[in-house]
Amino acid sequence: MGTPAAFRVAYRDLLIYRRVWKANLAGALFQPLMYLLGIGLGVGALVDKAPDSASALGGVSYLAFYASAIMATTSMFTAGQEALWPMMDGFRWSNAYRAMISTPLEPTDVVTGVAVYFACKTAVGATGVAMALTLFDDTRSWGLVAAVPVAVLTGLAFALPLTAWTSTRDSDRSFPPIMRFILIPMFLFGGVFFPIEQLPDWLEPVAWAAPLWHGVELCRGIILDSIGPAKATLHLLVLIGFAGGGWVVCTQTFRRTLRP
Amino acid sequence: MAEPLIEARSLVKRFDSFVAVDGIDIDVQPGEAFGFLGPNGAGKTSTMRMIGCVSPVSAGSLTIFGLDPRLDGRDIRSRIGVVPQMDQLDAELTVEENLIIYARYFDIKKGEARRRTSDLLDFVQLTEKAGDKVDHLSGGQKRRVSIARSLISEPELLLLDEPTTGLDPQARHVLWDRLYRLKERGATLVLTTHFMDEAEQLCDRLVVMDRGKIVAEGSPRSLISQYSTREVLEMRFGRDRNKEHLDEVEAVGERVEVLPDRLLVYAADGEGVLATLRERNVVPDSALVRRSSLEDVFLRLTGRSLAD
Ligand SMILES: Nc1ncnc2c1ncn2[C@@H]1O[C@H](COP(=O)(O)OP(=O)(O)OP(=O)(O)O)[C@@H](O)[C@H]1O
Ligand SMILES: [Mg+2]
Repeated sequence: MGTPAAFRVAYRDLLIYRRVWKANLAGALFQPLMYLLGIGLGVGALVDKAPDSASALGGVSYLAFYASAIMATTSMFTAGQEALWPMMDGFRWSNAYRAMISTPLEPTDVVTGVAVYFACKTAVGATGVAMALTLFDDTRSWGLVAAVPVAVLTGLAFALPLTAWTSTRDSDRSFPPIMRFILIPMFLFGGVFFPIEQLPDWLEPVAWAAPLWHGVELCRGIILDSIGPAKATLHLLVLIGFAGGGWVVCTQTFRRTLRP
Repeated sequence: MAEPLIEARSLVKRFDSFVAVDGIDIDVQPGEAFGFLGPNGAGKTSTMRMIGCVSPVSAGSLTIFGLDPRLDGRDIRSRIGVVPQMDQLDAELTVEENLIIYARYFDIKKGEARRRTSDLLDFVQLTEKAGDKVDHLSGGQKRRVSIARSLISEPELLLLDEPTTGLDPQARHVLWDRLYRLKERGATLVLTTHFMDEAEQLCDRLVVMDRGKIVAEGSPRSLISQYSTREVLEMRFGRDRNKEHLDEVEAVGERVEVLPDRLLVYAADGEGVLATLRERNVVPDSALVRRSSLEDVFLRLTGRSLAD
């Protein structure tokens, strides 16, 4: 038996990634530290002074509340970005995916291989964030280890649907608006900086529909040990739904684009 | 006759309602070098992609190695090498890495992949560039990387879509030599080209395609003898004056083509025609007698020169 097809696909992406993974890890360590020092400690000092803040935040400090979400947001941005321009390169610029399907590999193998690569890359990022979070008393826990795979899944819940979109595009024109109008709003309103209960009532259901909120809640719950099995399962299923649904759509769109 | 390696019957490729390949029949025998010759948009690449099992057949039948691309695409692709019209190399990776990842797609083990890579880089004379990023290579060098890469799986059938477009004359000759050697080793070559000399050099047999259809088929030599004359006299009379002497010229040549910049007179004996015309006071600014080529065949068949 040879190597599974998906790993042969991922090998190419990882070979390119190998050049930059150390910088990627350092970034994943450093960036959350910056956020945590600025927002977690700075804003946190103000927030924690308010009399009812602890109850609104679920009984934790603002630093712990915010820091535990960074696992998920880092994955979202890593995976989101990876699913846009680099995928476009594979389809339209270097045409690497076209080269792959002229070998025994099938479009479906390419989809799965790309997912394996996303998983590897978000795992490096999530590990970096987890390492950064061990520096703070409020977030240092074994839950950080369990949160890494959840962060990876959160990444896939973004990366695969976005990849399906990219695979149908001729140009990268739609990418900046995707960043600006999908990823950034989720970042701002997805329960990262404040609980979504603080949102206007009509906006709250929008947050439920966004994969980021589920990733954030699950990572937070695991790291701070504040989530029950029922809620955890629900969040997990939603994330699997986004990732799995994205995979299924990708198998169709990849086939259509790569084999006109 | 042996079972054909590629057999197409009434093969059609449609993109929505547009018909790119319009019912072609082809048979390619093992060990043969087979060419598709035709202008832009003739349907050469569309045909090659169907043979390469990366584009579904719209209608008609196609078998490769006796297998059906719809059912056995993976098996067929594992036995063919493809040089696409546009290079599909990874610019960020080195030449060597490009070959090794491609070998991995075929599930060739790393050690074996390394060994073949070094042999192939030697074969295309790029050994010194092994560690360079593909981004830093010239167009012709990239083309040679593509060719080396297509050979990494030791394919029985090689599909080359305009392999020498963009190469300088010397690089082209090196490449022809390499392709010729592959053929000697028993590989079957299918190639497309715009270049008449390339088709004449490399192909045992070729089809001329135009607007999705095959308009002629045969060996380069038989096509030339069938659709052209032994020699061609090219005459220039200067701007806008090419038509002035048309009557006199038509009287002595077998066939005359008027191009914007020159007259082509088809005849068995070009020098003889030129001498006769001079006797009759038809004196061109310049004149040249050459052997007839596939370019002439093409002009005859389609009424257009390939450069159009
Ligand atoms: N994916 C596609 N979608 C729609 N039309 C296409 C597609 N691919 C090719 N065509 C059309 O099919 C026709 C044949 O194209 P093809 O690429 O096969 O020509 P060709 O003979 O290889 O030309 P060239 O010498 O320029 O490479 C062209 O008119 C082209 O516009
Ligand atoms: Mg073409």
